[in-house]
Amino acid sequence: MELFTNQVLAGIATGAIYACMALAVVMIYQAIDHLNFAQGEMAMFSTFISWQLMQWGVPYWGAFIITLALSFVGGIAIERILFKPLAKAPVLTNVAGFIALFAIINSSAGLIWDFTIKQYPTPFGSAPFLGSQLISTHQAGMIGVTVLLLLGLYFFFQYTRIGLAMRAAASVPESARLVGINTSWMIALGWGMATAIGAIAGMLIAPVVFLEPNMMGGVLIYGFAAAVLGGLTSPFGAVVGGFLVGIFENLAGTYIPGVGNELKLPIALALIISVLVVKPAGLFGRQIVKRV
Amino acid sequence: MTTLLNVKDLRAYYGQVQALHGLSFSLNEGSLTTLLGANGAGKTTTLRAICNMVRSTGGIEFDGKPLNNKSTESIVRFGIAHVPQGRGTFTTMTVEENLQLGAITRKDNAGIISDIERMYAHFPVLKQRHTQQAGTLSGGEQQMLAVARALMLRPRLMLLDEPSFGLAPLVVRDLFGILGKINREDKVSILVVEQNAQLALELADQAYVIETGRIVMSGNAKDIANNEEIRKSYLGY
Repeated sequence: MELFTNQVLAGIATGAIYACMALAVVMIYQAIDHLNFAQGEMAMFSTFISWQLMQWGVPYWGAFIITLALSFVGGIAIERILFKPLAKAPVLTNVAGFIALFAIINSSAGLIWDFTIKQYPTPFGSAPFLGSQLISTHQAGMIGVTVLLLLGLYFFFQYTRIGLAMRAAASVPESARLVGINTSWMIALGWGMATAIGAIAGMLIAPVVFLEPNMMGGVLIYGFAAAVLGGLTSPFGAVVGGFLVGIFENLAGTYIPGVGNELKLPIALALIISVLVVKPAGLFGRQIVKRV
Repeated sequence: MTTLLNVKDLRAYYGQVQALHGLSFSLNEGSLTTLLGANGAGKTTTLRAICNMVRSTGGIEFDGKPLNNKSTESIVRFGIAHVPQGRGTFTTMTVEENLQLGAITRKDNAGIISDIERMYAHFPVLKQRHTQQAGTLSGGEQQMLAVARALMLRPRLMLLDEPSFGLAPLVVRDLFGILGKINREDKVSILVVEQNAQLALELADQAYVIETGRIVMSGNAKDIANNEEIRKSYLGY
């Protein structure tokens, strides 16, 4: 039983990271109807920036905040420079854009910081949390930061004018423009926020997976699995999906013979395919019905 | 009487296809003007061209200021509220959020709150349903919501595209009654596009008839309604 509880709690901790990545993916998907394949690389690059800041002597939380600000601005810049001109382009052009972005960021990180694995600090320490062997303080910190982030986002989107405007722009762009919302800037803002959320995920997971240019590859696939499971049209679903995928991944690795650590990733992919076959809209997504 | 909206030689295009062929008309401050015409005559295109939602050339002046080449969202800030065909409801949001969105360009919070109450007085059904998702409202209720959302801007001019579309005759009577009241009491100028010519002419004081992207007839609404020849050849009743 202790093994089970332990695995579920560890699953919730990594699930928090998947939830962040899924949320970032869904926010951009809502705004521009495309999946951002480079979301993980953007998060990785942000994490490297925070690492560099710490190397220069900035304390952890200072580096954390500066990185969030830089990621926010960077996300907006990527949208303005690369994806705004592609707004009316066909899907494949956009996919090519995302793959290019992926490759550019990945190689730049390798060029600047090289491909060796680096230690990344945790501000929470790795002692047992509250003296319990079930979960470490870093894992508890991952969950705590994510919950704070999610609450903050909920209040932002539910109770602020700009949050309302962003939701309107994503749901009915034409009507949003007719009430005076600059939908183009709302999309850019969505990119900025998604990039900052990804940065949080990267900085929280880096002590676990270690810092290197390919660190987010697996994490993003779990993030996609979470987004698909929860429904690409539902930010709430993406978060729930993230936690579910985290728990499922850990339990499958522990209890299904032969899965172990090596086959965990194929499980995420199998999950994506099963959801798409059985319930394409996901758990909380809405089936889009178009009048023809 | 001052001219609020002046449209001169308006030409609009969908890709290579020209939909408006040099259309000119004007609307007086405080008036309720209607654009009539058959399906495909260019009524909706005219409204969309005013808000720069379709490529067009020609002059569009609002209160003496040119609107050409302004973006749709900045035209709203002149005080022009457009209720599009199909109502443009934010279906996944609540009724109250829809109203707040109508006032998103305004900064006076107290005014916005009191205006929401004013809308609930105009349209009591919206108050009953204010926490409900707007997509769950009936067609008539959604049209009321669309009008209320437009009024939340405190517009000087309201553009209405086929408000009667898909509504039961009694609901349409109701709605047009409210439009008349808004026009008289709140001093909002209204430009309404309609296929239901009879009803629109009863309500309006000025009317224009469009055929294949041109104005073919204009004048006092009562005169047009009383002219049997125009009614038979253009309005079909």
